[in-house]
Amino acid sequence: MSRFIPVRETILAAAIVVLLILIASRFSGFVAPSNLVNVFNDTAPLIILALGQMVVILTRCIDLSVAANLALTGMAVAMINVAFPGLPIPFIIAIAICLGGAMGAINGLLVWKLAIPPIVVTLGTMTIFRGIIFLISDGKWVNAHEMSEGFTGFPRAAVLGLPILSWCAVLSVIVFAVMMSRTALGRSIFAVGGNPHAAVYTGIDVGKTQFKAFVISGALAGLTGYLWVARYAVAYVDIAGGFELEVVAACVIGGISIAGGIGSVGGAVLGALFLGVVKNALPVVNISPFWQLAISGSAILIAVAFNAQSGRKKGRLILKDAEATR
Amino acid sequence: MTDIAAQRHIPDRLHSRAYRTMRSWESLLLAVAIAIFIVNSFASPYFLNAWNLSDATFNFTEKAMIAFAMALLIIAGEIDLSVASIIALASTAMGLATQYGAGTPELVVIGLSVGLLCGAFNGFFVTILGLPSIVVTIGTMSLFRGISFIILGDDAFRGYPASFSWFGQGYIYWVFTVEMMLFVIIAVIYGVLLHKTNFGRAVYAIGNNPTAALFSGIRVQRVKFILFLLTGLMSGVAAICLTSRLGSTRPSIATGMELEVVTMVVLGGVNILGGSGSIPGVVIAAFVMGLVTFGLGLLNVPGIVMSIFIGLLLIGVIALPRLWTMLASRGKS
Repeated sequence: MSRFIPVRETILAAAIVVLLILIASRFSGFVAPSNLVNVFNDTAPLIILALGQMVVILTRCIDLSVAANLALTGMAVAMINVAFPGLPIPFIIAIAICLGGAMGAINGLLVWKLAIPPIVVTLGTMTIFRGIIFLISDGKWVNAHEMSEGFTGFPRAAVLGLPILSWCAVLSVIVFAVMMSRTALGRSIFAVGGNPHAAVYTGIDVGKTQFKAFVISGALAGLTGYLWVARYAVAYVDIAGGFELEVVAACVIGGISIAGGIGSVGGAVLGALFLGVVKNALPVVNISPFWQLAISGSAILIAVAFNAQSGRKKGRLILKDAEATR
Repeated sequence: MTDIAAQRHIPDRLHSRAYRTMRSWESLLLAVAIAIFIVNSFASPYFLNAWNLSDATFNFTEKAMIAFAMALLIIAGEIDLSVASIIALASTAMGLATQYGAGTPELVVIGLSVGLLCGAFNGFFVTILGLPSIVVTIGTMSLFRGISFIILGDDAFRGYPASFSWFGQGYIYWVFTVEMMLFVIIAVIYGVLLHKTNFGRAVYAIGNNPTAALFSGIRVQRVKFILFLLTGLMSGVAAICLTSRLGSTRPSIATGMELEVVTMVVLGGVNILGGSGSIPGVVIAAFVMGLVTFGLGLLNVPGIVMSIFIGLLLIGVIALPRLWTMLASRGKS
């Protein structure tokens, strides 16, 4: 029975529903379909990035450079758009994905070939990417009136009632669900995080898989970079500052184990949605937005404590497992 | 082999190798520091000036105070990403107390105790509930700063007593600032604690193999709890210095400092996976980072561009020795 109903995801989904009911009991307008579409659209970048971060965390790494990657790609495509306003949007998106993927590849290569711990690598590249934005832009902003209409209009264009930004998130979720459950890459990602030694003996290259995870995360950050800059119609150095931790938080709330190997696409999406609902609901229920940080911090702590309880091994432990204290 | 677990299960080889690289690491860092010092003195005529150099120490003293405690924590295999938020919360608490007429001694007590409380809060989740510290402190990082935002909102606290400014702006002797003296004293205390006491030995043992440490009679959880208390306490000290130096508290105070502290520790040769590192390394790394930012500042390089250099330094210093050994072993075979 428990094989078919994933406990964590069900509880998280229930928590979101309860949250929505509580908000709706006082402000029914919040659960109107049009508003829920808005909430989903607001959360779409977080969902896309959380999927990439999930893959990285599953392989026992962490990518702290996603927000900086997003900002650098966003600035780059915005400047390309200013210089060549005629470039078609698919071409811009391709550039964004490739650029983001290339930055992810830098992280991945340093982790794979030089065996530098991922947290150190991405801490370094995070500050480097942010600095490069300043260098290429000279600290100047790229504003709405400088961007072409097609560039800013694309993520907002509605298809079947949903903006394209939301469709990008939906599409990413579907692609990831298939990739994680139906492809060799998805299996090797779980295998590398679950037990690297066993993975090596089954013929999986641990470093190479981690490299691929970083490239995937980078490519998604690049895509989000374009969508973000085009949606808000502005690009500057500090775009999405500190967003990397919100992305990690979404994964953690979604039950993805920071020690690797445990997690699901549904968990990452629900974790992001939970944060998105909280963020959007605060002004509606008359709580000052200043509470947002404290509330999301508490949510992370509660979620982690809960996950640790449910994941605890049953029975008597004679030898405390070394992995548990890691 | 890139995976963490594999490195952890060969402690003997790793330790001796790590120990050797650590020794050469400190000399490498020292060479980097001296090189930057020389480049700086040629690059700007304003560099070699006792008052300037004394001012330059503010670039790193507050971060380094936390970095010492953080070094112990990382050596023991944990991490605390909430230190900058502890500064914000301690600073907010001190600001709040000032509004009710607290004097300098009370402010110091409040700053230190808020730091200790936050450290205990982190320690509780990590050692008693057994949760991974990186996740717990990402949570408390939002929580502590969030409480500051709830208390302060858009406001800033000012009006600290005049005697309070001594901590961040005072001089003990000639050009030597109070903060510089604190930095030296704290460095010596942590150096002795880590390298000369049983406690320090326990920290290394836990970082290399927590299970073995447990079975050799080390109270692993208690040591870790004390280490979280220490990072909290040091964040409290840094909060006192920073608040006193700036003379005001905003909820966004010290934003992003946690990553600079971790960078300083890693640059100082502490293995981010735990088990090795030294206090002298962290001291030299503090000077390197201070010299880089100060030198670039004299050349009118904007702060955000300095971060490129810090990032490159972090990756470069760690990558170069590995690249070197890789090329050397390739040449042999």
